Amino acid sequence: MNENSEYILETRNLNLYYGNFLAVADVNIKIRRHQITAIIGPSGCGKSTLLRAFNRMNELVPTARTEGEILFNNENIYDPSIDPVEVRRRIGMVFQKPNPFPKSIYENIAWGLRINGFRGSKSELDDLVEKALRDAALWDEVKDKLDQSGLSLSGGQQQRLCIARTIAVRPEVILMDEPASALDPIATLRIEELMQELKKNYTIIIVTHNMQQAARVSDYTAMMMLRNHEDRSGTVIEFDRTEVIFTNPRDKRTQDYVTGRFG
Amino acid sequence: MTNRRILEQKTVLVIIFLFALVSVFTTFGIIGVLLQETILFFEQVSIVEFLTGTRWTPLFASKKFGVLPLVNGTVLVAAGAMVVALPLGLLAAIYMSEYASTRARSVLKPFLEILAGIPTVVYGYFALLFVTPILKSIFPQTQAFNALSASIVMGFMILPTVASVSEDALSAVPRSLREAAYALGATKAEVATQVVVPAALSGIAAAFILAISRAIGETMIVAIAAGQQPKMTLNPLESIETMTAYIVQVSLGDTPHQSIAYQTIFAVGMLLFLMTLVMNIISYFFTKRFREVYE
Repeated sequence: MNENSEYILETRNLNLYYGNFLAVADVNIKIRRHQITAIIGPSGCGKSTLLRAFNRMNELVPTARTEGEILFNNENIYDPSIDPVEVRRRIGMVFQKPNPFPKSIYENIAWGLRINGFRGSKSELDDLVEKALRDAALWDEVKDKLDQSGLSLSGGQQQRLCIARTIAVRPEVILMDEPASALDPIATLRIEELMQELKKNYTIIIVTHNMQQAARVSDYTAMMMLRNHEDRSGTVIEFDRTEVIFTNPRDKRTQDYVTGRFG
Repeated sequence: MTNRRILEQKTVLVIIFLFALVSVFTTFGIIGVLLQETILFFEQVSIVEFLTGTRWTPLFASKKFGVLPLVNGTVLVAAGAMVVALPLGLLAAIYMSEYASTRARSVLKPFLEILAGIPTVVYGYFALLFVTPILKSIFPQTQAFNALSASIVMGFMILPTVASVSEDALSAVPRSLREAAYALGATKAEVATQVVVPAALSGIAAAFILAISRAIGETMIVAIAAGQQPKMTLNPLESIETMTAYIVQVSLGDTPHQSIAYQTIFAVGMLLFLMTLVMNIISYFFTKRFREVYE
Protein backbone atom coordinates (compact mmCIF):
# COMPACT_ATOMS: atom_id res chain seq x y z
CA MET A 1 0.00 0.00 0.00
CA ASN A 2 2.98 2.30 -0.32
CA GLU A 3 1.70 5.09 -2.54
CA ASN A 4 5.17 6.54 -2.89
CA SER A 5 6.83 3.48 -4.31
CA GLU A 6 8.60 3.87 -7.61
CA TYR A 7 5.98 1.95 -9.56
CA ILE A 8 2.35 3.03 -9.73
CA LEU A 9 1.02 0.30 -12.05
CA GLU A 10 2.11 -3.22 -12.69
CA THR A 11 0.61 -5.84 -14.99
CA ARG A 12 0.94 -9.51 -14.11
CA ASN A 13 0.39 -12.21 -16.73
CA LEU A 14 -2.15 -9.96 -18.40
CA ASN A 15 -4.21 -11.58 -21.18
CA LEU A 16 -6.92 -9.58 -22.95
CA TYR A 17 -9.57 -11.33 -25.03
CA TYR A 18 -12.34 -10.29 -27.38
CA GLY A 19 -14.57 -13.35 -27.36
CA ASN A 20 -12.17 -16.22 -28.05
CA PHE A 21 -9.60 -14.02 -29.72
CA LEU A 22 -6.55 -13.37 -27.55
CA ALA A 23 -5.79 -9.78 -28.54
CA VAL A 24 -3.03 -9.06 -26.05
CA ALA A 25 -1.03 -11.87 -24.50
CA ASP A 26 1.09 -12.20 -21.42
CA VAL A 27 2.06 -8.62 -20.63
CA ASN A 28 4.26 -8.02 -17.59
CA ILE A 29 5.34 -4.41 -17.28
CA LYS A 30 5.81 -1.91 -14.47
CA ILE A 31 4.87 1.73 -14.95
CA ARG A 32 6.94 4.33 -13.09
CA ARG A 33 5.28 7.11 -11.12
CA HIS A 34 5.49 10.65 -12.55
CA GLN A 35 7.02 9.43 -15.77
CA ILE A 36 5.66 9.31 -19.29
CA THR A 37 5.45 5.81 -20.68
CA ALA A 38 4.83 5.39 -24.40
CA ILE A 39 3.32 2.30 -26.00
CA ILE A 40 4.41 1.96 -29.62
CA GLY A 41 4.04 -0.68 -32.28
CA PRO A 42 2.42 -1.40 -35.64
CA SER A 43 -1.35 -1.11 -36.21
CA GLY A 44 -3.47 -3.92 -34.81
CA CYS A 45 -0.98 -5.15 -32.25
CA GLY A 46 -3.23 -4.29 -29.30
CA LYS A 47 -1.78 -0.98 -28.07
CA SER A 48 -5.16 0.62 -27.40
CA THR A 49 -6.54 -2.60 -25.93
CA LEU A 50 -3.65 -2.72 -23.47
CA LEU A 51 -4.10 0.96 -22.61
CA ARG A 52 -7.82 0.48 -21.98
CA ALA A 53 -7.09 -2.39 -19.62
CA PHE A 54 -5.51 0.09 -17.19
CA ASN A 55 -8.84 1.78 -16.39
CA ARG A 56 -11.15 -1.12 -17.17
CA MET A 57 -12.57 0.60 -20.25
CA ASN A 58 -12.35 -2.65 -22.19
CA GLU A 59 -15.28 -4.08 -20.30
CA LEU A 60 -17.63 -1.62 -21.99
CA VAL A 61 -17.26 -3.98 -24.96
CA PRO A 62 -19.58 -6.89 -24.11
CA THR A 63 -17.29 -9.63 -25.43
CA ALA A 64 -14.11 -8.36 -23.77
CA ARG A 65 -12.50 -10.50 -21.08
CA THR A 66 -9.44 -9.97 -18.92
CA GLU A 67 -7.12 -12.51 -17.32
CA GLY A 68 -4.29 -11.73 -14.94
CA GLU A 69 -3.81 -8.75 -12.70
CA ILE A 70 -3.11 -5.06 -12.89
CA LEU A 71 -1.78 -3.69 -9.62
CA PHE A 72 -2.48 -0.03 -8.99
CA ASN A 73 -0.58 1.09 -5.90
CA ASN A 74 -0.26 -2.64 -5.17
CA GLU A 75 -3.99 -3.28 -5.34
CA ASN A 76 -5.43 -5.46 -8.10
CA ILE A 77 -7.95 -3.32 -10.01
CA TYR A 78 -9.56 -6.47 -11.42
CA ASP A 79 -10.33 -7.82 -7.97
CA PRO A 80 -14.11 -8.55 -7.78
CA SER A 81 -14.43 -6.20 -4.80
CA ILE A 82 -13.18 -3.22 -6.83
CA ASP A 83 -15.71 -0.88 -8.47
CA PRO A 84 -14.63 0.02 -12.03
CA VAL A 85 -16.18 3.47 -11.55
CA GLU A 86 -13.69 4.15 -8.75
CA VAL A 87 -10.81 2.87 -10.90
CA ARG A 88 -11.74 5.22 -13.74
CA ARG A 89 -11.98 8.17 -11.42
CA ARG A 90 -8.39 7.62 -10.33
CA ILE A 91 -7.09 6.64 -13.76
CA GLY A 92 -8.38 9.13 -16.32
CA MET A 93 -8.32 8.89 -20.08
CA VAL A 94 -7.92 11.16 -23.09
CA PHE A 95 -9.09 9.74 -26.40
CA GLN A 96 -7.83 9.74 -29.96
CA LYS A 97 -10.57 11.98 -31.28
CA PRO A 98 -11.45 14.97 -29.10
CA ASN A 99 -14.82 14.13 -27.54
CA PRO A 100 -16.08 17.07 -25.50
CA PHE A 101 -19.64 16.79 -24.24
CA PRO A 102 -22.23 18.82 -26.18
CA LYS A 103 -22.39 21.12 -23.16
CA SER A 104 -20.75 24.47 -22.42
CA ILE A 105 -16.99 24.70 -21.90
CA TYR A 106 -17.65 25.33 -18.22
CA GLU A 107 -20.04 22.38 -17.88
CA ASN A 108 -17.60 20.06 -19.65
CA ILE A 109 -15.35 20.43 -16.62
CA ALA A 110 -17.91 21.04 -13.88
CA TRP A 111 -19.85 17.88 -14.75
CA GLY A 112 -16.95 15.56 -13.96
CA LEU A 113 -16.44 17.32 -10.64
CA ARG A 114 -20.10 17.04 -9.73
CA ILE A 115 -20.46 13.35 -10.49
CA ASN A 116 -17.36 12.79 -8.38
CA GLY A 117 -19.08 14.24 -5.37
CA PHE A 118 -18.26 17.95 -5.53
CA ARG A 119 -20.67 19.68 -3.14
CA GLY A 120 -19.04 23.09 -2.69
CA SER A 121 -20.20 26.58 -3.56
CA LYS A 122 -20.44 28.08 -7.02
CA SER A 123 -17.31 30.17 -6.50
CA GLU A 124 -15.33 27.12 -5.40
CA LEU A 125 -16.52 25.33 -8.53
CA ASP A 126 -15.51 28.35 -10.63
CA ASP A 127 -12.03 28.19 -9.11
CA LEU A 128 -11.66 24.48 -9.86
CA VAL A 129 -12.83 24.97 -13.44
CA GLU A 130 -10.37 27.82 -13.91
CA LYS A 131 -7.54 25.81 -12.39
CA ALA A 132 -8.21 22.84 -14.67
CA LEU A 133 -8.32 25.09 -17.74
CA ARG A 134 -5.10 26.83 -16.69
CA ASP A 135 -3.36 23.50 -16.10
CA ALA A 136 -4.45 22.42 -19.57
CA ALA A 137 -3.09 25.68 -21.05
CA LEU A 138 -6.52 26.62 -22.35
CA TRP A 139 -7.69 29.29 -19.90
CA ASP A 140 -6.51 32.36 -21.82
CA GLU A 141 -8.23 31.21 -24.99
CA VAL A 142 -11.63 30.43 -23.44
CA LYS A 143 -11.98 32.58 -20.30
CA ASP A 144 -14.37 34.98 -22.10
CA LYS A 145 -16.61 32.30 -23.56
CA LEU A 146 -17.05 29.68 -20.88
CA ASP A 147 -20.75 29.38 -21.65
CA GLN A 148 -20.18 28.53 -25.31
CA SER A 149 -20.44 24.93 -26.45
CA GLY A 150 -17.32 22.82 -26.12
CA LEU A 151 -17.94 21.76 -29.71
CA SER A 152 -17.38 25.35 -30.92
CA LEU A 153 -13.64 25.10 -30.19
CA SER A 154 -10.96 24.05 -32.70
CA GLY A 155 -9.74 20.44 -32.67
CA GLY A 156 -6.62 21.25 -30.66
CA GLN A 157 -8.59 23.33 -28.17
CA GLN A 158 -11.19 20.56 -27.86
CA GLN A 159 -8.44 18.08 -27.03
CA ARG A 160 -7.03 20.41 -24.37
CA LEU A 161 -10.57 20.80 -23.02
CA CYS A 162 -10.73 17.00 -22.75
CA ILE A 163 -7.41 17.03 -20.90
CA ALA A 164 -8.71 19.80 -18.60
CA ARG A 165 -11.84 17.77 -17.94
CA THR A 166 -9.70 14.75 -17.07
CA ILE A 167 -7.28 16.54 -14.72
CA ALA A 168 -10.11 18.46 -13.02
CA VAL A 169 -11.08 15.30 -11.13
CA ARG A 170 -7.46 14.84 -10.01
CA PRO A 171 -6.69 11.35 -11.21
CA GLU A 172 -3.31 9.79 -10.45
CA VAL A 173 -2.75 8.43 -13.92
CA ILE A 174 -3.75 9.83 -17.32
CA LEU A 175 -4.07 7.40 -20.19
CA MET A 176 -3.74 8.98 -23.62
CA ASP A 177 -4.82 7.08 -26.71
CA GLU A 178 -3.04 8.79 -29.64
CA PRO A 179 -4.14 12.16 -28.28
CA ALA A 180 -2.60 14.18 -31.11
CA SER A 181 -3.30 11.99 -34.11
CA ALA A 182 -6.29 14.09 -35.20
CA LEU A 183 -4.47 17.40 -34.70
CA ASP A 184 -2.23 19.62 -36.83
CA PRO A 185 1.50 19.94 -35.98
CA ILE A 186 1.14 23.14 -33.95
CA ALA A 187 -1.71 21.76 -31.86
CA THR A 188 0.31 18.55 -31.46
CA LEU A 189 3.29 20.50 -30.18
CA ARG A 190 1.12 22.25 -27.60
CA ILE A 191 -0.23 18.92 -26.34
CA GLU A 192 3.32 17.56 -26.08
CA GLU A 193 4.49 20.60 -24.12
CA LEU A 194 1.47 20.20 -21.89
CA MET A 195 2.38 16.58 -21.19
CA GLN A 196 5.78 17.68 -19.88
CA GLU A 197 4.00 20.05 -17.48
CA LEU A 198 1.49 17.42 -16.37
CA LYS A 199 4.23 14.91 -15.66
CA LYS A 200 5.05 16.76 -12.43
CA ASN A 201 1.73 15.81 -10.91
CA TYR A 202 0.53 12.85 -12.94
CA THR A 203 1.72 9.59 -14.37
CA ILE A 204 1.06 9.44 -18.11
CA ILE A 205 0.76 6.46 -20.40
CA ILE A 206 0.47 7.36 -24.07
CA VAL A 207 -0.25 5.19 -27.08
CA THR A 208 1.21 6.62 -30.25
CA HIS A 209 1.73 5.67 -33.85
CA ASN A 210 4.25 8.41 -34.21
CA MET A 211 7.70 7.21 -33.23
CA GLN A 212 9.19 10.70 -33.22
CA GLN A 213 6.52 11.67 -30.76
CA ALA A 214 7.32 8.72 -28.52
CA ALA A 215 11.00 9.65 -28.66
CA ARG A 216 10.27 13.32 -27.93
CA VAL A 217 7.87 13.00 -25.03
CA SER A 218 8.36 9.72 -23.21
CA ASP A 219 10.75 8.50 -20.55
CA TYR A 220 9.95 4.82 -20.99
CA THR A 221 8.74 2.94 -24.02
CA ALA A 222 6.92 -0.35 -24.39
CA MET A 223 7.37 -1.90 -27.82
CA MET A 224 4.42 -4.05 -28.86
CA MET A 225 4.23 -6.48 -31.74
CA LEU A 226 2.34 -9.59 -32.81
CA ARG A 227 3.85 -12.66 -31.16
CA ASN A 228 3.56 -14.60 -34.40
CA HIS A 229 1.36 -14.49 -37.44
CA GLU A 230 -0.75 -17.53 -36.57
CA ASP A 231 -2.67 -16.40 -33.49
CA ARG A 232 -2.28 -12.64 -34.18
CA SER A 233 -1.96 -11.87 -30.48
CA GLY A 234 -0.02 -8.75 -29.60
CA THR A 235 2.43 -8.56 -26.74
CA VAL A 236 5.09 -6.30 -25.30
CA ILE A 237 8.35 -7.53 -26.79
CA GLU A 238 10.61 -4.97 -25.16
CA PHE A 239 10.21 -2.42 -22.39
CA ASP A 240 12.97 -0.04 -21.40
CA ARG A 241 14.05 3.56 -21.14
CA THR A 242 13.02 5.39 -24.31
CA GLU A 243 16.60 6.24 -25.26
CA VAL A 244 17.55 2.57 -25.03
CA ILE A 245 14.58 1.51 -27.18
CA PHE A 246 15.49 4.05 -29.84
CA THR A 247 19.28 3.81 -29.80
CA ASN A 248 20.25 0.42 -28.51
CA PRO A 249 17.35 -2.02 -28.41
CA ARG A 250 18.00 -5.62 -27.48
CA ASP A 251 15.35 -7.08 -29.76
CA LYS A 252 16.05 -7.18 -33.49
CA ARG A 253 12.35 -6.53 -34.25
CA THR A 254 12.38 -3.36 -32.14
CA GLN A 255 15.45 -2.17 -33.98
CA ASP A 256 13.83 -2.83 -37.36
CA TYR A 257 10.69 -1.02 -36.30
CA VAL A 258 12.25 2.10 -34.79
CA THR A 259 14.61 2.50 -37.71
CA GLY A 260 11.71 2.26 -40.11
CA ARG A 261 12.63 -1.03 -41.73
CA PHE A 262 9.44 -2.69 -40.62
CA GLY A 263 5.76 -1.99 -40.02
CA MET B 1 -28.25 -5.04 -77.63
CA THR B 2 -26.99 -2.18 -75.47
CA ASN B 3 -29.66 0.10 -76.87
CA ARG B 4 -32.33 -2.36 -75.85
CA ARG B 5 -30.94 -2.58 -72.36
CA ILE B 6 -30.90 1.18 -72.01
CA LEU B 7 -34.48 1.34 -73.25
CA GLU B 8 -35.52 -1.32 -70.74
CA GLN B 9 -33.90 0.54 -67.91
CA LYS B 10 -35.55 3.78 -68.92
CA THR B 11 -38.97 2.13 -69.10
CA VAL B 12 -38.56 0.65 -65.64
CA LEU B 13 -37.44 4.02 -64.35
CA VAL B 14 -40.49 5.77 -65.78
CA ILE B 15 -42.87 3.16 -64.34
CA ILE B 16 -41.32 3.35 -60.88
CA PHE B 17 -41.42 7.14 -61.06
CA LEU B 18 -45.13 7.04 -61.90
CA PHE B 19 -45.79 4.86 -58.88
CA ALA B 20 -43.94 7.33 -56.73
CA LEU B 21 -46.09 10.10 -58.15
CA VAL B 22 -49.26 8.30 -57.04
CA SER B 23 -48.65 9.19 -53.40
CA VAL B 24 -47.97 12.81 -54.32
CA PHE B 25 -51.20 13.04 -56.35
CA THR B 26 -53.16 11.36 -53.57
CA THR B 27 -51.96 13.94 -51.08
CA PHE B 28 -52.83 16.81 -53.39
CA GLY B 29 -56.19 15.20 -54.21
CA ILE B 30 -57.11 14.97 -50.54
CA ILE B 31 -56.00 18.52 -49.86
CA GLY B 32 -58.00 19.67 -52.90
CA VAL B 33 -61.25 18.03 -51.81
CA LEU B 34 -60.80 19.23 -48.23
CA LEU B 35 -60.10 22.75 -49.42
CA GLN B 36 -63.05 22.86 -51.80
CA GLU B 37 -65.60 21.77 -49.19
CA THR B 38 -63.97 23.90 -46.51
CA ILE B 39 -64.33 26.98 -48.70
CA LEU B 40 -68.01 26.18 -49.25
CA PHE B 41 -68.43 25.89 -45.51
CA PHE B 42 -66.76 29.20 -44.76
CA GLU B 43 -68.99 30.94 -47.27
CA GLN B 44 -71.80 30.36 -44.77
CA VAL B 45 -70.01 30.40 -41.43
CA SER B 46 -67.51 33.05 -40.40
CA ILE B 47 -64.01 31.72 -39.82
CA VAL B 48 -63.80 33.79 -36.62
CA GLU B 49 -66.92 32.16 -35.22
CA PHE B 50 -65.56 28.76 -36.18
CA LEU B 51 -62.20 29.28 -34.49
CA THR B 52 -63.33 31.15 -31.37
CA GLY B 53 -66.86 29.90 -30.63
CA THR B 54 -67.29 27.67 -27.59
CA ARG B 55 -70.48 25.91 -28.61
CA TRP B 56 -70.58 23.18 -31.25
CA THR B 57 -74.14 22.17 -32.22
CA PRO B 58 -74.27 21.81 -36.03
CA LEU B 59 -76.51 18.75 -35.80
CA PHE B 60 -79.20 20.52 -33.76
CA ALA B 61 -81.92 22.99 -34.68
CA SER B 62 -80.07 25.95 -33.19
CA LYS B 63 -76.77 25.58 -35.00
CA LYS B 64 -73.55 26.87 -33.41
CA PHE B 65 -70.24 26.38 -35.17
CA GLY B 66 -67.62 27.03 -32.51
CA VAL B 67 -65.00 24.30 -32.95
CA LEU B 68 -63.22 24.88 -29.63
CA PRO B 69 -65.09 22.16 -27.69
CA LEU B 70 -63.85 19.59 -30.22
CA VAL B 71 -60.31 20.99 -30.07
CA ASN B 72 -60.58 20.92 -26.28
CA GLY B 73 -61.59 17.25 -26.36
CA THR B 74 -58.80 16.37 -28.77
CA VAL B 75 -56.14 18.20 -26.78
CA LEU B 76 -57.41 16.75 -23.48
CA VAL B 77 -57.19 13.18 -24.73
CA ALA B 78 -53.87 13.73 -26.53
CA ALA B 79 -52.34 15.37 -23.47
CA GLY B 80 -53.48 12.50 -21.28
CA ALA B 81 -52.03 10.02 -23.76
CA MET B 82 -48.69 11.84 -23.70
CA VAL B 83 -48.60 11.75 -19.89
CA VAL B 84 -48.72 7.97 -20.21
CA ALA B 85 -46.55 7.53 -23.29
CA LEU B 86 -43.69 9.97 -22.61
CA PRO B 87 -42.27 8.61 -19.37
CA LEU B 88 -42.90 4.97 -20.23
CA GLY B 89 -41.63 5.32 -23.80
CA LEU B 90 -38.52 7.23 -22.78
CA LEU B 91 -37.71 4.82 -19.97
CA ALA B 92 -38.19 1.87 -22.31
CA ALA B 93 -35.90 3.55 -24.84
CA ILE B 94 -33.22 4.24 -22.21
CA TYR B 95 -33.45 0.66 -21.02
CA MET B 96 -33.13 -0.79 -24.51
CA SER B 97 -30.38 1.55 -25.65
CA GLU B 98 -28.23 1.72 -22.51
CA TYR B 99 -28.97 -1.24 -20.26
CA ALA B 100 -30.50 -4.19 -22.07
CA SER B 101 -28.33 -7.09 -23.14
CA THR B 102 -28.62 -8.15 -26.76
CA ARG B 103 -30.85 -11.00 -25.62
CA ALA B 104 -33.22 -8.85 -23.58
CA ARG B 105 -33.52 -6.48 -26.52
CA SER B 106 -34.31 -9.25 -28.94
CA VAL B 107 -37.20 -10.31 -26.69
CA LEU B 108 -38.48 -6.83 -25.84
CA LYS B 109 -38.45 -5.24 -29.26
CA PRO B 110 -40.89 -7.68 -30.91
CA PHE B 111 -43.31 -7.17 -28.02
CA LEU B 112 -43.21 -3.42 -28.53
CA GLU B 113 -43.80 -3.95 -32.20
CA ILE B 114 -46.80 -6.18 -31.46
CA LEU B 115 -48.19 -3.34 -29.35
CA ALA B 116 -47.87 -1.11 -32.40
CA GLY B 117 -49.61 -3.69 -34.59
CA ILE B 118 -52.80 -4.14 -32.55
CA PRO B 119 -55.79 -2.74 -34.50
CA THR B 120 -57.02 0.47 -32.91
CA VAL B 121 -60.59 -0.84 -32.73
CA VAL B 122 -59.32 -3.47 -30.29
CA TYR B 123 -57.73 -0.73 -28.21
CA GLY B 124 -61.04 1.11 -28.32
CA TYR B 125 -63.03 -1.73 -26.85
CA PHE B 126 -60.25 -2.43 -24.39
CA ALA B 127 -60.68 1.14 -23.15
CA LEU B 128 -64.47 0.93 -23.00
CA LEU B 129 -64.89 -2.55 -21.54
CA PHE B 130 -61.78 -2.98 -19.41
CA VAL B 131 -60.25 0.36 -18.42
CA THR B 132 -63.46 2.33 -17.84
CA PRO B 133 -64.89 -0.19 -15.29
CA ILE B 134 -61.60 -0.04 -13.39
CA LEU B 135 -61.72 3.76 -13.40
CA LYS B 136 -65.31 3.60 -12.20
CA SER B 137 -64.36 1.46 -9.25
CA ILE B 138 -61.72 4.04 -8.28
CA PHE B 139 -63.65 7.23 -9.15
CA PRO B 140 -67.39 6.47 -8.89
CA GLN B 141 -68.32 9.69 -10.74
CA THR B 142 -66.65 8.36 -13.93
CA GLN B 143 -69.03 8.46 -16.88
CA ALA B 144 -69.56 5.47 -19.14
CA PHE B 145 -67.79 7.31 -21.93
CA ASN B 146 -64.86 9.38 -20.68
CA ALA B 147 -61.66 11.02 -21.85
CA LEU B 148 -59.41 9.32 -19.31
CA SER B 149 -59.81 5.71 -20.38
CA ALA B 150 -59.28 6.73 -24.02
CA SER B 151 -56.18 8.71 -22.94
CA ILE B 152 -54.62 5.86 -21.04
CA VAL B 153 -55.17 3.30 -23.75
CA MET B 154 -54.05 5.70 -26.46
CA GLY B 155 -50.91 6.29 -24.41
CA PHE B 156 -50.11 2.59 -24.67
CA MET B 157 -50.91 2.64 -28.37
CA ILE B 158 -48.35 5.40 -29.10
CA LEU B 159 -45.80 4.09 -26.62
CA PRO B 160 -43.99 2.04 -29.30
CA THR B 161 -43.61 5.16 -31.45
CA VAL B 162 -42.08 7.11 -28.59
CA ALA B 163 -39.88 4.20 -27.53
CA SER B 164 -38.61 3.29 -30.95
CA VAL B 165 -37.90 6.81 -32.27
CA SER B 166 -36.31 7.81 -28.94
CA GLU B 167 -34.21 4.68 -28.97
CA ASP B 168 -32.94 5.53 -32.44
CA ALA B 169 -31.96 8.95 -31.14
CA LEU B 170 -30.20 7.49 -28.09
CA SER B 171 -28.36 4.88 -30.13
CA ALA B 172 -27.17 7.58 -32.52
CA VAL B 173 -25.25 9.29 -29.73
CA PRO B 174 -21.63 8.40 -30.51
CA ARG B 175 -19.87 5.83 -28.37
CA SER B 176 -17.00 8.26 -27.85
CA LEU B 177 -19.29 10.45 -25.75
CA ARG B 178 -20.25 7.58 -23.48
CA GLU B 179 -16.61 6.57 -23.16
CA ALA B 180 -15.67 10.14 -22.23
CA ALA B 181 -18.20 10.03 -19.42
CA TYR B 182 -17.20 6.58 -18.18
CA ALA B 183 -13.54 7.63 -18.22
CA LEU B 184 -14.37 10.41 -15.76
CA GLY B 185 -15.76 7.87 -13.31
CA ALA B 186 -19.43 8.21 -14.21
CA THR B 187 -21.86 5.43 -13.30
CA LYS B 188 -24.12 3.88 -15.89
CA ALA B 189 -27.12 5.87 -14.66
CA GLU B 190 -25.15 9.13 -14.82
CA VAL B 191 -24.00 8.38 -18.34
CA ALA B 192 -27.53 7.54 -19.48
CA THR B 193 -29.41 10.41 -17.86
CA GLN B 194 -26.84 13.20 -17.89
CA VAL B 195 -24.89 12.60 -21.09
CA VAL B 196 -26.79 10.38 -23.53
CA VAL B 197 -30.31 11.73 -23.02
CA PRO B 198 -29.28 15.43 -23.23
CA ALA B 199 -27.21 14.69 -26.32
CA ALA B 200 -30.20 12.99 -27.95
CA LEU B 201 -32.70 15.59 -26.78
CA SER B 202 -33.69 16.92 -30.19
CA GLY B 203 -34.31 13.37 -31.43
CA ILE B 204 -36.36 12.60 -28.35
CA ALA B 205 -38.34 15.81 -28.88
CA ALA B 206 -39.00 14.70 -32.44
CA ALA B 207 -40.34 11.39 -31.12
CA PHE B 208 -42.64 13.19 -28.70
CA ILE B 209 -44.03 15.51 -31.34
CA LEU B 210 -44.57 12.65 -33.76
CA ALA B 211 -46.45 10.86 -30.99
CA ILE B 212 -48.58 13.93 -30.25
CA SER B 213 -49.48 14.15 -33.90
CA ARG B 214 -50.54 10.50 -33.87
CA ALA B 215 -52.58 11.07 -30.71
CA ILE B 216 -54.37 14.02 -32.27
CA GLY B 217 -55.22 12.06 -35.39
CA GLU B 218 -56.20 8.84 -33.63
CA THR B 219 -59.88 8.05 -34.25
CA MET B 220 -61.12 4.63 -33.26
CA ILE B 221 -60.27 4.67 -29.57
CA VAL B 222 -61.91 8.03 -28.93
CA ALA B 223 -64.91 7.25 -31.14
CA ILE B 224 -65.59 4.13 -29.09
CA ALA B 225 -64.57 5.14 -25.58
CA ALA B 226 -64.56 8.92 -25.16
CA GLY B 227 -68.13 9.81 -26.03
CA GLN B 228 -69.95 12.23 -28.33
CA GLN B 229 -70.49 15.32 -26.21
CA PRO B 230 -68.54 18.35 -27.40
CA LYS B 231 -67.79 20.13 -24.13
CA MET B 232 -65.39 22.72 -22.81
CA THR B 233 -64.12 20.71 -19.88
CA LEU B 234 -60.81 19.73 -18.37
CA ASN B 235 -62.32 16.95 -16.29
CA PRO B 236 -61.05 13.70 -17.86
CA LEU B 237 -63.75 11.62 -16.17
CA GLU B 238 -66.46 13.26 -18.26
CA SER B 239 -67.70 12.33 -21.67
CA ILE B 240 -66.22 14.56 -24.39
CA GLU B 241 -65.91 14.54 -28.16
CA THR B 242 -62.75 14.86 -30.22
CA MET B 243 -62.46 16.23 -33.73
CA THR B 244 -61.90 12.78 -35.18
CA ALA B 245 -64.80 11.25 -33.28
CA TYR B 246 -67.07 14.01 -34.57
CA ILE B 247 -66.07 13.29 -38.16
CA VAL B 248 -66.90 9.62 -37.62
CA GLN B 249 -70.21 10.47 -36.03
CA VAL B 250 -71.32 12.59 -38.99
CA SER B 251 -69.92 10.28 -41.65
CA LEU B 252 -71.75 7.27 -40.25
CA GLY B 253 -74.95 9.13 -39.39
CA ASP B 254 -77.88 10.20 -41.55
CA THR B 255 -76.80 13.80 -42.09
CA PRO B 256 -77.77 14.76 -45.65
CA HIS B 257 -74.87 15.45 -48.04
CA GLN B 258 -74.43 19.06 -49.22
CA SER B 259 -76.01 20.30 -45.99
CA ILE B 260 -74.06 22.72 -43.86
CA ALA B 261 -73.93 20.12 -41.08
CA TYR B 262 -72.27 17.72 -43.49
CA GLN B 263 -69.73 20.30 -44.64
CA THR B 264 -68.58 20.85 -41.06
CA ILE B 265 -66.63 17.60 -41.19
CA PHE B 266 -64.44 18.98 -43.97
CA ALA B 267 -63.73 22.13 -42.02
CA VAL B 268 -62.91 20.07 -38.93
CA GLY B 269 -60.86 17.69 -41.08
CA MET B 270 -58.94 20.61 -42.55
CA LEU B 271 -58.14 21.95 -39.10
CA LEU B 272 -57.04 18.48 -37.98
CA PHE B 273 -54.87 18.13 -41.05
CA LEU B 274 -53.21 21.49 -40.40
CA MET B 275 -52.57 20.61 -36.74
CA THR B 276 -50.86 17.32 -37.54
CA LEU B 277 -49.02 18.90 -40.46
CA VAL B 278 -47.52 21.55 -38.19
CA MET B 279 -46.54 18.86 -35.68
CA ASN B 280 -44.88 16.77 -38.36
CA ILE B 281 -42.98 19.77 -39.71
CA ILE B 282 -41.71 20.64 -36.22
CA SER B 283 -40.72 17.01 -35.72
CA TYR B 284 -38.90 17.03 -39.06
CA PHE B 285 -36.83 20.05 -38.06
CA PHE B 286 -35.95 18.52 -34.70
CA THR B 287 -34.84 15.31 -36.38
CA LYS B 288 -32.80 17.24 -38.92
CA ARG B 289 -31.10 19.27 -36.25
CA PHE B 290 -30.17 16.21 -34.27
CA ARG B 291 -28.75 14.54 -37.36
CA GLU B 292 -26.57 17.56 -38.09
CA VAL B 293 -24.89 17.49 -34.72
CA TYR B 294 -23.30 14.07 -35.00
CA GLU B 295 -22.42 13.15 -38.52
